[in-house]
Amino acid sequence: MAILVTPETRVLVQGITGSFGSRHAQLSLDYGTKIVAGVTPGKGGQLFERVVPIFDTVAQAARETGATVSAIFVPPPFAADSILEGVDAGLDLVICITEGIPVADMVRVKAALKGSKTRLIGPNCPGVVTPGEGKDSQGGCRIGIAPGYIHKKGNIGVVSRSGTLTYEAVWQLTTRGFGQSTCVGIGGDPVNGTSHLDVLKMFNDDPETEAIIMIGEIGGSAEEEAAAWIKENCKKPVAGFIAGGTAPAGRRMGHAGAIVSGGKGTAAAKIEAFRDAGIAIADTPSVMADTLIRHMQELK
Amino acid sequence: MNIHEYQARDLFEKFGVASPRGKMASTPREAEIAAQELGTEKIVIKAQIHAGGRGKGVFTNGFKGGVHTCSRPEEIREMAAKMLGQTLVTHQTGPAGRMVNKVYVVEAAEIAKELYLAILLDRASSAPVVIASTQGGMDIEAVAAQTPEKIFRESVHPLLGLQPFQARKLAAALGLHGPQAAQAAKLILALYKLFITCDCSLVEVNPLVITKTGEVLALDAKFNFDDNALYRHPEIVALRDFTEEDPREVEASKYCLNYIGLEGNIACLVNGAGLAMATMDIIKHCGGEPANFLDVGGSATKEQVAAAFKIILSDPNVKGILVNIFGGIMRCDIIAEGILAAMQETHLPVPLVVRLEGSNANLGKKLIKDSGLAVISADSLADGAEKIVAAVKAQAA
Repeated sequence: MAILVTPETRVLVQGITGSFGSRHAQLSLDYGTKIVAGVTPGKGGQLFERVVPIFDTVAQAARETGATVSAIFVPPPFAADSILEGVDAGLDLVICITEGIPVADMVRVKAALKGSKTRLIGPNCPGVVTPGEGKDSQGGCRIGIAPGYIHKKGNIGVVSRSGTLTYEAVWQLTTRGFGQSTCVGIGGDPVNGTSHLDVLKMFNDDPETEAIIMIGEIGGSAEEEAAAWIKENCKKPVAGFIAGGTAPAGRRMGHAGAIVSGGKGTAAAKIEAFRDAGIAIADTPSVMADTLIRHMQELK
Repeated sequence: MNIHEYQARDLFEKFGVASPRGKMASTPREAEIAAQELGTEKIVIKAQIHAGGRGKGVFTNGFKGGVHTCSRPEEIREMAAKMLGQTLVTHQTGPAGRMVNKVYVVEAAEIAKELYLAILLDRASSAPVVIASTQGGMDIEAVAAQTPEKIFRESVHPLLGLQPFQARKLAAALGLHGPQAAQAAKLILALYKLFITCDCSLVEVNPLVITKTGEVLALDAKFNFDDNALYRHPEIVALRDFTEEDPREVEASKYCLNYIGLEGNIACLVNGAGLAMATMDIIKHCGGEPANFLDVGGSATKEQVAAAFKIILSDPNVKGILVNIFGGIMRCDIIAEGILAAMQETHLPVPLVVRLEGSNANLGKKLIKDSGLAVISADSLADGAEKIVAAVKAQAA
């Protein structure tokens, strides 16, 4: 089953003709993902790489191609508008890769999302991958910017705010023979569409997911909320890592949301919440997979 | 991005947030004229640096205090002469202190009561929140911990904005009545307008004062702006003072590199913010101390990598470098070329450990091996961290 997306999911790409969007749309096509439409205002009627039809609006693209999920690669000043266009078109899922969207824009988008049927993942995220059966996990659904070949089809769910740290966890799992059901990057911004908790609930309900790696970082309280829920509700083994234990307070560590302010959002508090919830803690980022595998064996 | 107090006061004036009159000065003579123009009985002179704790700070020339109250313009001139061009050390600046290039000359307010007011983004509710407290002039975190009943919050609907009744509620909660309550509510609404219009992530007025003559004034302010929104605020960007920032961070931003200087001696160069933080963590775990956070981004060029090396090496504390790349989209051979170019240019004086994983990793490793340069190769993140910590220790021994 996996969560959010499957190899059959029909995907459209907003900003498919930009350098970033076109490069990753091509990589997704190569991976075997069903990229069925592109959207670039003013370029409707053209073809991307001679196969994918381009539309002027998301509504047209969804209607003509049956796409239900969008990946957004448009520049920050226009990204909030693009998300709202996906919501208006009634898409099930909008995944916004764009980094650098003003927080005030996201605050308004999040308020507008309430009551709609659309789920937003991101912004400032690596995207979602459900690995496929083929060589180097090809034939799966890759939406976003993650390298496809590091994945392997299997039963571990991975959720993280960070891109490269997700790759690190996925690669550790794959090289140890453990595949993934779905890998979800929720993004490093302070206001995002989908939280750790939202993804954990989906993994918990997904029969294909047997265990979970949750990667967090300093800032906010999303990890603590997820841990509290896990303690009461999650029966599957979970391993966790929190990045930023050595980061100085009051400094933004690259991600807009990665900041310890007023003594809130420290790595120590998050690790304590994980421990309290029975989550196996990886002491370093190099043992994320090993920690989970050991935890799974202990619980058997 | 932060701004100076005198710049904050300009923004207050523009948005109708009541605050004491004042003027910025760059020379002792300008300070004297500013004091004359204010014409009030008591005048305050304040050193303009971004760090807090100025009042209790000490100048490296021995002069004590970055904030003084005077009554004559000539005194203001003398004070300005002792502050301008001097370095002020406070508990927030670190021992190096900050150069004072400007002073702010402002009328002294006769304070009857000190309150607290702030507007910031509440992550949990994804909405702005206005916070007020009767405990002005104090550390608000301590107030929140010890007497949470003295803190009042109004959550703002993102699409409606702050409503007048909410401002009145806050004024009432602060114990204000009659014209003072009306003044406070007006100030809160004006401050909210400023917060939204300028894409602030934090505006903190501490203290908000009631004067002996009954005025409600914003006495001191701290601003943070959303860096992501600066592209639409050239007027705010113009307020940026580069002399207040770490020159290495300024240099890094020119190359679109995300660099933050730290206290340790092991530099790191990583792609991705999460992995960059995690690399700092594992260096510490292995017994070392990270010298910096550095995220070169997802698509760095050879030139950016070379620039990153120069910035890292401009920190005299650096005794070793760990490069940790998970090349997903970033190709490892490009990173390798950048490393080799930088090594040839800088004649790298410290040990270098390189861990390359992912896209074109083998090609990258081969390029480095074939160069014959002294690079220690690592197979994993843990291996890399252990090797650099060991190399730095061996060098010190």
